[in-house]
Parts: sequence; structure tokens; C-alpha cells
Amino acid sequence: MADIKKLEDLVIQVRRDILRQVHKVNSGHPGGSLGCAEFFVALYNEVMERNDGFSMDGIGEDLFFLSNGHISPVFYSVLARAGYFPVEELNTFRLLNSRLQGHPTTHEGLPGIRMASGSLGQGISVSIGAAETKKLNNDPNLIYTLCGDGELQEGQNWEAIMYAAANHVDNLIVTVDLNGQQIDGSTDNVLAMGNLAGKFSAFGWDVLSIEKGNDLEAVIAGLKEAKSRTGNKTPVCILLHTVMGNGVDFMMHTHAWHGKAPNDEQLKTALEQNPETVGDY
Amino acid sequence: MKKYTDTGKKDTRSGFGAGLTELGKTNENVVALCADLTGSLKMDDFKANHPERFFQVGIAEANMIGMAAGMTIGGKIPFTGTFANFSTGRVYDQIRQSVAYSGKNVKICASHAGVTLGEDGATHQILEDIGLMKMLPGMTVINTCDYNQTKAATIAIAKHKGPVYLRFGRPKVANFTPENGSFEIGKAVMLQEGKDVTIVATGHLVWEALLAAETLQEQGISAEVINIHTIKPLDDAAIIASAKKTGCVVTAEEHNYLGGLGESVARVLASHHPTPQEFVATQDTFGESGTPDQLMDKYGLNAEAIVKASNKVVGRK
Repeated sequence: MADIKKLEDLVIQVRRDILRQVHKVNSGHPGGSLGCAEFFVALYNEVMERNDGFSMDGIGEDLFFLSNGHISPVFYSVLARAGYFPVEELNTFRLLNSRLQGHPTTHEGLPGIRMASGSLGQGISVSIGAAETKKLNNDPNLIYTLCGDGELQEGQNWEAIMYAAANHVDNLIVTVDLNGQQIDGSTDNVLAMGNLAGKFSAFGWDVLSIEKGNDLEAVIAGLKEAKSRTGNKTPVCILLHTVMGNGVDFMMHTHAWHGKAPNDEQLKTALEQNPETVGDY
Repeated sequence: MKKYTDTGKKDTRSGFGAGLTELGKTNENVVALCADLTGSLKMDDFKANHPERFFQVGIAEANMIGMAAGMTIGGKIPFTGTFANFSTGRVYDQIRQSVAYSGKNVKICASHAGVTLGEDGATHQILEDIGLMKMLPGMTVINTCDYNQTKAATIAIAKHKGPVYLRFGRPKVANFTPENGSFEIGKAVMLQEGKDVTIVATGHLVWEALLAAETLQEQGISAEVINIHTIKPLDDAAIIASAKKTGCVVTAEEHNYLGGLGESVARVLASHHPTPQEFVATQDTFGESGTPDQLMDKYGLNAEAIVKASNKVVGRK
């Protein structure tokens, strides 16, 4: 395992990247991005088997698909810091002619992105397709997917969830970012989804929970546990309990920062709580 | 006049099935997905011969389109099969984001297009699908005219890199194009040369256009008939050249006149060579139950309607 202190430093740097990206253009989604910083850092630096460079086909490596594309700031930061493109390019987030569109896209050719996402509910289906192609290609690598919890209100997910279990898509790990918030409020108030673990189990998935989704070591351990459960005739689901806005005290435990950027003063406070580690872009 | 012979009525969906069977033998990257309509889409052969490359997704079209997009990652060429209605309107955003915007090499193959689906009625008779698909950037839109051409198109689109919408139908229609003929995406086919009116047709109305040209000949009107199997990218040059020659145009399609081939042709002509045009198409309406022939008659989608439109447009010159 990589030095955990280094990865924890990277998490803090990723938080800074998220905050600075959305602040600069006064738009974007910091809340969910901050909540998933540990997940992305763990996945890209400790869990996934990745080839050098980027090829769309991703033969012989693990692939990741982001279904809830609005948390692009954390995705872009972790991709850049994993070497897919220069970190300076984070300066172009959401600007005209940028490869870093508001929501991730393959359209501008940004390395690391394999599908457009933003319109919710489509990522699990795409991931299943990629997983089936891996099987056809006798490629033993895995597919990882992240989706939001509110996103599970989209019906297409349940078509996909049903398919994956019925067809033993066991090279797939879908993580649900369980932060309990969506734009209009808490998921329980907007459209309560009840017992998600029970739902995934009833559909035939192997379900595990990471209770401390913002504890890097717990996230790494949970992802590795999930990985060990692949190849067992069932798809694997991780319920990742996170706190939206994690790492910035005034952004935590509220949906207020789902899609709102901090002002100058708020950015200053937020960055003070997350001092520079690896180095700002 | 050139003479065209119907070698025996066949359904275009069987042409698709035959093309897919051929691809199964010749291209190991071709995979097929179907949403519980394997028999209707004539995908049984492919399924039987290549079970490992056939994916039954159940009645879940959105998931099918998303899966197809994902399957391209790693080099597969997915062909999805369901009715035109469920291939387009039901899954528009999945096609828009996961296929078209993501630039995925998915072939969306749609049977039972238009009113000639027949007795099932308007819930299943989509007349808006060409419009929906042609508006998506990067999408190729093909509507084939008979069994032979549908088979040829199915084989041809596997070689084309990029998303394709391939539209065909349920009923048995005249089969008159050459067996194992070539198929060039985006290239109009000149079927009948004429000097008084250009008939630009797509799908099985191409045959109706040929019948109409015979009737028009008897009336002393020389009709040029062009088969537009590819609505996007449209063969602008062929349409402009013919319009310059004849001075008036009739478009014919089994689709709403809003958003179909007719509007695409009108756009080309308005930009390059403004020309009187009449539209043989449904007039912004839903379909209904009936036999294909009854419906083509009621909705004005046959040779008789094309003759009438031709006479009208010649009078407008």
C-alpha cells in the first residue's frame, strides 16, 4: 500500500482543487465532490489497476465510469493528479473552449473520460456494457462505477440493476454515494428510497457498506473487500456513507452546497481549513 | 423508362435479420442486443449461431441503449433491436448522451416504423423517429426501401465508425433492388431519369414512387425517381442537380411531414436552388389500427398520392 499520509495529503489537495475550480467560474458542484474526495483518491491511487496513458478501449486495465457527472470537479482533480492531463488545465474548468466541460464528456477528448454523464441514471447501464465486453475479450479486469443516491430515483438504474444480477455481471462494482442529499433537500424528504441495501440484495447483488466514507483507510479497505468479492457470479454494490461538503465545516451536513460556489471570503475560509499539500495548480 | 421487377414481396426486417446473420459469420466484433422482440426483429439466427454475442435485455430499452454504448469500449460493434418507437422516443436521452454525445459506435436498428406496423395502432406506429434521430449531431440516419437493400445496409453500417439509426418495417413489400447489391452510406440512388418532376423517396415508398412514375408517364409527365436511403448525411448534390433539371420536387416518406425527409430536402433546396415542392407524408397526425394497405391509402402514402402530388407540383412551376 502507498504511504497513507501521502494519500491523505492528496485528499486535502483535491479538496483545494475542487473549491478553487468552482470558485473561479462561480459555478459547479462542490458539495458532492468534496464528499467523494476520499473515494476517488483511493480508487485511482490504491485500488484500480491502470495502464500508463489513456486509450478509450482500456484493454487490460480496470475502468471507471462516473454516473453522477455533476461531481466533475473531484473527477477532474483526481484524473489530473493521476497524470491523465496537466493539472494546470484545472484552470479551464467550465470555461469556453475547455476540455473540462461542466459535466464530463468524451466529446472534447479529455483523457480519462470514457462516456458523457450528467443526465442522470445512465452510468450503470454503460458500465454493464463495458463489463460484458471485458468478458467477451477475456479481459479479467474490473469495472468500477459511482452513482449518487438521489440518482437512484431514475428508473433506468433498476433496469440495469436487474440485468446485472440476472446475467451474473460479476466483474462490476457499483458504488452509491450515500450522502442523503439532493437538490431539493434530503433524499428522504424528496423521494424516500427506503432500504437501499435491502433493495440491492433483493435484486441479487452482493452488498457491502462503508460506514466511514470519508475515512480514507476505511474506504480503501472497503473497496478492496468489494474487489475480493468479484468473480463470484454476482455484481457487487458498495453503499458509501459520505458527508456532502466534507472537509469544509460550513458546507457539511446540508444540501445548500450541492450546486453553489463559494464567494471570495468563503473560499478563503475553506482553503484555510485545507492547507496546501501537494501543491496548487 | 427503366423497368423494375418485384421479385416477390418480403419484409425489410427479414433483410435486417439476414444482414445480421452475415455479420455474425464475418465480423466477430458484432454483438446484438434485443429488448424482448427477437422474433419480430428476425434476430433468431444470430442468437442461435452466436449465443455468447447475443444479449437479451428484457423489456428495458433504456438499459439496452446504455449497455450498447458501454460495449463499444473494448471494440465491440453493438446492434440494438426493437421497434422504432422504443428505439427512439422512449430512449431519446440515452441515445443523446450515452451514444451520440459520447460518440459511440452503436447501430440502433429499428423495425415496425410508421403506420404500416398495422393493427397494433398508434401507440406503436412512430412517425416522428426520423426527425428525432436526424437532429442528433453525428447520427447517421438510414431508411431502407426493400429486403435486399436492408440486408446490404445492415452489413454496410458495421464498417461505418459512428452511431447509426437504421429504420425498416414490418409488412412485406416489393423487393426490387439487386440481390447482394452495394450500399454506399450517404449516396442517393438514381432509379429513373426524367425531366418534368423529381420524386425523392425513402423507405418502401420508393417502390410506390416507381409505380407513380409509370402512371405519370401515361399522363405525359416524365418523372425522375431518386432513392434516398440515407436521410443524414443527405446527398445534397444529387437533389440539387435533379431539381435544377426538372424544376419541381415531390418527397415521399412514411413519416410526419414535420421533421422528415421532406424537410431535409426543403432545407437543401431553399439554400441552393429554391424549387416548388410537395410533401407525401403524414400530416402531423398519429396513426391508427388497420391493415398496412388501408393505412397507406387513408394517410396518403402510396403511388396514387405521389401521382397527385406530382401533378400539383408540376402545375406550380
